Amino acid sequence: MADLTRLTAAETAAAIASGEASAVEVTQAHLDRIAAVDEKVHAFLHVDTDGALGAAEAVDAKRAKGEELGPLAGVPLALKDIFTTEGVPTTVGSKILEGWIPPYDATLTKRLKHAGVVILGKTNMDEFAMGSSTENSAYGPTGNPWDLTRIPGGSGGGSAAALASFQAPLAIGTDTGGSIRQPAAVTGTVGVKPTYGGVSRYGMVAFSSSLDQGGPCARTVLDAALLHQTIAGHDPMDSTSIDAPVPPVVEAARNGDVRGLRVGVVKEFAGEGYQAGVMQRFTESVELLRELGAEVVEVSCPSFTYALAAYYVIAPSECSSNLARFDGLRYGLRVADDGTHSAEEVTALTREAGFGPEVKRRIMLGTYALSSGYYDAYYGSAQKVRTLITRDFQRAFGDVDVLVSPTTPTTAFPIGERADDPMAMYLADLCTIPANLAGNAAMSLPCGLAPEDGLPVGLQIIAPAMADDRLYRVGAAVEAGFVERWGHPLLEEAPAL
Amino acid sequence: MPGITREEVAHLGRLSRLELKDEELDHFAGQLDEIIGAVARVSEVAGEDVPPTSHPLPLTNVMRPDVVRPSLTPQQALSGAPAQEQQRFKVPQILGEE
Repeated sequence: MADLTRLTAAETAAAIASGEASAVEVTQAHLDRIAAVDEKVHAFLHVDTDGALGAAEAVDAKRAKGEELGPLAGVPLALKDIFTTEGVPTTVGSKILEGWIPPYDATLTKRLKHAGVVILGKTNMDEFAMGSSTENSAYGPTGNPWDLTRIPGGSGGGSAAALASFQAPLAIGTDTGGSIRQPAAVTGTVGVKPTYGGVSRYGMVAFSSSLDQGGPCARTVLDAALLHQTIAGHDPMDSTSIDAPVPPVVEAARNGDVRGLRVGVVKEFAGEGYQAGVMQRFTESVELLRELGAEVVEVSCPSFTYALAAYYVIAPSECSSNLARFDGLRYGLRVADDGTHSAEEVTALTREAGFGPEVKRRIMLGTYALSSGYYDAYYGSAQKVRTLITRDFQRAFGDVDVLVSPTTPTTAFPIGERADDPMAMYLADLCTIPANLAGNAAMSLPCGLAPEDGLPVGLQIIAPAMADDRLYRVGAAVEAGFVERWGHPLLEEAPAL
Repeated sequence: MPGITREEVAHLGRLSRLELKDEELDHFAGQLDEIIGAVARVSEVAGEDVPPTSHPLPLTNVMRPDVVRPSLTPQQALSGAPAQEQQRFKVPQILGEE
């Protein structure tokens, strides 16, 4: 059997189902790969060797008994360290939760386990998912497998880097302003932010509850669809979970026919700040869609130019409230409990010691935006902008089936370049934020390497809420078109580690 | 747009329950000033007639039947507690000494 770490998730599941490889062999191959390369990449914060091998043995035992296996049974996965895992550490990339062992599984974790997916471990991330580079992790940065001196995107840089370095064929991310799509774009992988409410948030550590959305990360569009199908669907434990059937994502990923589909190019996502090579690959993607039979038109969404500003009012406001639970009293870090400090002082000293600079900035920013006297000008106005952005989407989706844009304005930047320049860092999410504000579904998939730096470029596809299947239909078409043109998947061009 | 001073950062730190260090005050003052200046443009665009959106889904009061169901044991619930006593979270003094 060829190198088991190079297979897609669909191929892996088929190999296990047919008996060509055992789940234990597949898992061991990935654990070996992690042992060989993760010292350089630092995608994982915690590797659960025993748990992974135990889950793989259970799949092999099921197969031996002749029981039916699910479509991803035995396939290894890298889980973002923001989902609770019973008995396995969950840090959210923060010192404030260092060593915390959750007493329960997130709904998403439960669904993965139930499907026989093998959770290899927990991946690195910007602290509390706040960031676009994974440099805000309290446990050190992750390298981009295409160039280890560059960022793998964020906040889900660990998950994306694990995929791009063949440490796992599947991963899970969360996307509040682009934290699944932007890492996918800069690592040459596929990432999907499902419709808001499409995947349960129960057991997913909250950052900005009206924006946060967990979703699938993979190396192919079909693999992402199979994972999407596994984790999505109504959950009574999450009151914002949509009580409706999951859109037919797997069927769409196997279809990939875009003839007659109307595709809108968002006019506002171009111009100053957009790297030439990114725009070149984006333009080629649009031409490809046209060649494949899609009808391409330009659309204008004027309010999108205010999305970044609205996001950096709304997300910090919600985080300032959500992160109040980290008080040093019930779980996580507690410092200065020496009998000389009051509970309130212990809380303030614990939060000072446990949170990193970006988390502190956002908590204070949110506290400012929600203060009396500033509330209307900031939070109130941002909520109105959110309405305008939603209306822009509604108008656009009256004319077209999906919208497309570059996922990010630039390719991966060097580690350190924007680390202490918050505004420069925030620009990485310029194109991804509108879909979060409106609750739409969106995908990023590879569309080539920028000629000037040889780094991956992502194409973003946005669909209306609950039309997630359109992402997969368009994504499958673009992926097949490019792979045919290149002669191989993009990741084959990534340097050996 | 008034600049954010180090006194204002100290005030925000107190409201946010962050015992900020002296050197953080100047650093954050400059950065918060820049960010707040940049996001202030949200007030430029929407008129009085535009309703606010707080959430992408039009949901209110999602209820479940009021029935007992399995939950964490006290031992599980306390498993992450920094300190505990008699099946309770043990916290530092919450009232001043009289």
